[in-house]
Amino acid sequence: MVDNLKRKLFSLLLLLFVMVVIGLLKGVVHIPLVNLLVKENQVIINLRLLRILAAILVGSGLAVSGIALQAVLRNPLAEPYLLGTSSGAGLAAVIAVILGISRIYMPLAAFLGAVLSIILVYNLAREGGRIRDRSLILAGVIVSIAFSSVIVFLVSLFGDQAMHEISWWLWGSLQVYDWRLLSLVSFPVILGIVVIYIFSQDLNAISMGEEEAIHLGIDTINIKKILVLVTALITASLICICGIVGFVGLIVPHIMRLIVGPNHKVLIPTTCLAASIFVVTCDIFSRTLFAPIEIPIGVITALIGAPVFIILLKKGNKKL
Amino acid sequence: MKTLLKIDNVSAGYYREDIIKGISLEINAGDFMGIIGPNGSGKTTLLRLITRVLVLRRGRVYFQGLDASQMNLKEFCRQVAFVTQDISTDFPFTAMETVLMGRIPHLKRLQFETRRDMEIAEAALLETATINLKDKRIDELSAGERQRVIIARALAQEPVLLFLDEPTAHLDIGHQIQILDLLKRLNRCNDLTIVMVLHDLNLASAYCNRIALLDKGIIFKEGIPEEVLTYQNIEAVYKTVVLVDKNKITGKPNIALVPGEKV
Repeated sequence: MVDNLKRKLFSLLLLLFVMVVIGLLKGVVHIPLVNLLVKENQVIINLRLLRILAAILVGSGLAVSGIALQAVLRNPLAEPYLLGTSSGAGLAAVIAVILGISRIYMPLAAFLGAVLSIILVYNLAREGGRIRDRSLILAGVIVSIAFSSVIVFLVSLFGDQAMHEISWWLWGSLQVYDWRLLSLVSFPVILGIVVIYIFSQDLNAISMGEEEAIHLGIDTINIKKILVLVTALITASLICICGIVGFVGLIVPHIMRLIVGPNHKVLIPTTCLAASIFVVTCDIFSRTLFAPIEIPIGVITALIGAPVFIILLKKGNKKL
Repeated sequence: MKTLLKIDNVSAGYYREDIIKGISLEINAGDFMGIIGPNGSGKTTLLRLITRVLVLRRGRVYFQGLDASQMNLKEFCRQVAFVTQDISTDFPFTAMETVLMGRIPHLKRLQFETRRDMEIAEAALLETATINLKDKRIDELSAGERQRVIIARALAQEPVLLFLDEPTAHLDIGHQIQILDLLKRLNRCNDLTIVMVLHDLNLASAYCNRIALLDKGIIFKEGIPEEVLTYQNIEAVYKTVVLVDKNKITGKPNIALVPGEKV
């Protein structure tokens, strides 16, 4: 199994490398491969590299969070934004715009909004010492709806300016132009992915049912809490630099489950790479399809992701 | 005879009321024990509290002389396995992957299964005659096949004590006998102590060397089948008239239902 995993990882890594190189070359200005390392192109290449790194971070972070939540909640529809992070972050951003807070602090406001909404959802779902799956999902949905309504309310009161400022948020954007912000965000995201991978064996057992997992010696109550909080941290961190990139966290895990199977020890590392390839590719399309106009990344992930998934599902004729 | 598990005056429940109201029971090494009783008498709850899914409100469970609630859960699960009625999952694990999960209590975090773990899992599949289903997804198996795969997973845990909750609930008589014969063989040949909840009194009579009859959260009667399965006990607990005679082949009590009669 380990050899098989290594082979899969190697081919995915190779594909990711190819896509990264294409991503560096393509854009509003096309750079031929031979000029990749020429000094005049340095500025453009650096900017594109930043975007690509953001794409890799977003792809792997969201997809691995999706895997963890789907297993922990045993719900194939679970996705990273389920716990209200997106609307919490959106609301905080709108409030920040209305209060006239400098754009530099927008990511911080979004992060705080996301964290606050998770704390709210988590506490709503808590009964005694444990969190119930169904309550967690319900609380997440309700908080999301409530916050979204407040966003629309505020936008209709304060007009287009607020809407304009946060519109990139709702469909996601990989326009990260600050190395420091990206490295700051990469820290909790990478740490979170590592933590989830450490629990991959437990995720296997939990996905068979909570009691089943207890019978295999797994402390489900605490592991569930840890994993819910870790996925929330990953999502909150990503959301403050890239907004909401839909579909990746929901669909890429399913696609990879169809290809490599549900064993999390294999699923997590392969999905990390596959989701990175997916988002890097989507980003290339988003920049080049109607250049110089940029299509929001969330639109592309949905437009490419949905048909690919349907084809795989029909071809494999397998259950989710 | 060595006492493997000692249940000492335990009580537990889900809401305010206790479902189990002070049960004491000893399970000896080598036992093949049946737990019977009407719906809601606490059979499944008793298994859940012994296997630490449910927290005790009063009393203690001792496993090999140690307080089970103080044992490390993984350590406990290396010796005690549990087979549920049926599992349903949205995740398409294969039979082999499912059985390998039985090795989780023996593995460290992040440790991949070794050659030896694979061999143990394959032996468990062979033992339960499911080796040919190895690469099939468990949601594609029939109820009887899936039940055998779940038993194989429990065997892969290499337990000394195995609990089963109505392992024959969804099975036809052919498959019921197949599963119980398998368990009997494991009990005899592998020294596996077995405790299971059964609904069918005749199956309990035919296979178990000891039976505990539960009623309203307490043990109504406990002992060998001949002592427990009397018409007085059954009529008192199940509130239904039965005729008890001897099974011509096994010599064990045979329970026949009498339609239309009220106690």
